Amino acid sequence: MSMILGVPVAVLFGQLLLGIINGAFYALLSLGLAVIFGLLKIINFAHGAMYMLGAMVTVIMFDAMGINYWVALFLAPLVVGCFGVLLEYFLLRRIAGQDHIYSLLLTFGVALMIQGILTNIFGVSGMRYSMPDIFQGGFKLDFMFLPYYRAWVIFMALLVCFGTWFMIEKTKLGSYLRAGTEDAQLMQGFGINVPLLISLTYGFGVMIAAFAGVLAAPIYSVTPVMGSNILIVVFAVVVIGGMGSIAGAIITGLLMGVIEGFTKVFYPEFASAVIFLVMVVVLLIRPSGLFGKEA
Amino acid sequence: MSQGADKEYEQLRVSGLHAFYGESHILHGIDMVVHRGELVTLLGRNGAGRSTTLKAIMNMVGRRTGSIMINGNETMTCQPHHIARLGVGYCPEHRGIFSALNVQENLTLPPVVRSGGMSLEEIYSMFPNLYERRFSQGTKLSGGEQQMLAMARILRTGANMLLLDEITEGLAPVIVEKLGEVLVKLKNKGLTIVLVEQNFHFAAPLADRHYVMEHGQIVEEISADELEAKQSVLDSYLGV
Repeated sequence: MSMILGVPVAVLFGQLLLGIINGAFYALLSLGLAVIFGLLKIINFAHGAMYMLGAMVTVIMFDAMGINYWVALFLAPLVVGCFGVLLEYFLLRRIAGQDHIYSLLLTFGVALMIQGILTNIFGVSGMRYSMPDIFQGGFKLDFMFLPYYRAWVIFMALLVCFGTWFMIEKTKLGSYLRAGTEDAQLMQGFGINVPLLISLTYGFGVMIAAFAGVLAAPIYSVTPVMGSNILIVVFAVVVIGGMGSIAGAIITGLLMGVIEGFTKVFYPEFASAVIFLVMVVVLLIRPSGLFGKEA
Repeated sequence: MSQGADKEYEQLRVSGLHAFYGESHILHGIDMVVHRGELVTLLGRNGAGRSTTLKAIMNMVGRRTGSIMINGNETMTCQPHHIARLGVGYCPEHRGIFSALNVQENLTLPPVVRSGGMSLEEIYSMFPNLYERRFSQGTKLSGGEQQMLAMARILRTGANMLLLDEITEGLAPVIVEKLGEVLVKLKNKGLTIVLVEQNFHFAAPLADRHYVMEHGQIVEEISADELEAKQSVLDSYLGV
């Protein structure tokens, strides 16, 4: 078998693929965080919980009502998104404009409560969720085997990332979001219903997280703590990319997944730390992040 | 839509308006009336409360008491985004051009609130520079162009009462002259204009009436034909 740097090509590409998959989830989650931070100026610590809710709702809907994967792909984000809108309306709105630390603590508390309640009911052992039969098998490429479902995850993640980027950068609604990021008060003075825009934006960011959760359900272990595990990495990704940059969140997410994947090949013990090392280096050299605007 | 000044119709009536930022009490009982088609200025030194008066009308200050009637409707309980819908166009002192938006996006950002606003073509023919630079980032424009953009933006919405805050500040004389021409055109169209202005020589020939503010109160009301007689009073307030 051919080797690159003393590593079999199949292993290398296998890890690259895993890296891209992880990166796709990092990208989806940091994208939602960036969208929410942009308009609400809230560091949404409940984001991991929303991702977990997306996966849990998918599994629960299947077990309880037999609702299949394809329906869950739309329905679970919608359900969790509505929950997000209520959360914004009843809790976050009350502390709007206060110091970042309040919204951070509030969302963190909400995340812990959701996680705690679900742990009480379902325990922390993974719940089984099998992928639809259509995804059995994969592409046999010369250098590696690419399971259909992994290809689907990458495709859907890229589609959602591109769709979100397009919506924000190229459409009228997106111009409201971009302008609201700069001066929400003036926007409201022009007659735009900013409080509604804020609720919907939070709901949308949460929906992306829940969507990622649905995508994750068949391949990752679905547990009430799955969100808190990934959230810390995602925050590192957001810091590296630069808070509030949409394209930055997407590119950095994918890139960090790949870097993590390669580290697993060459120095596995370091794989779970490498992203944080990158974060430290970026913070030292470019404190506003790779894609952030210089303050 | 050319409608002459209707001196009977009260477009704006402010009574006993107090405004607060946190603990600071900024406006101390403002009373003023603006009729449809009038151009009224708020004159005074920096910190007299002129900009805050406009912001209070837009419901953009912390706390307000008193009454603000727009077209005969009490607006004290209105959310800020409902004020614009009553036909009010606000141009803030810092111009409020969005850097994340290009010129055209900036121009089309505010929703149309009434019929009868200017079309994009009309706006571009009034401000040819904006057409040439329509795909530039909003904040890459010169100060004068940004001011034109901030004005043009609210003309598109069909607002029939404009609240303009220090539109000539820091601009070259040739731009100030151009802005003066624009204001005359808007006045001839029948728009109601409340102008906060530092540059008295710019405001004097345009305005129907002047309110002079000091320490958050209106201390003098001077109509255009009284201007000469009251010049010395005015000078003492403005410190020129």
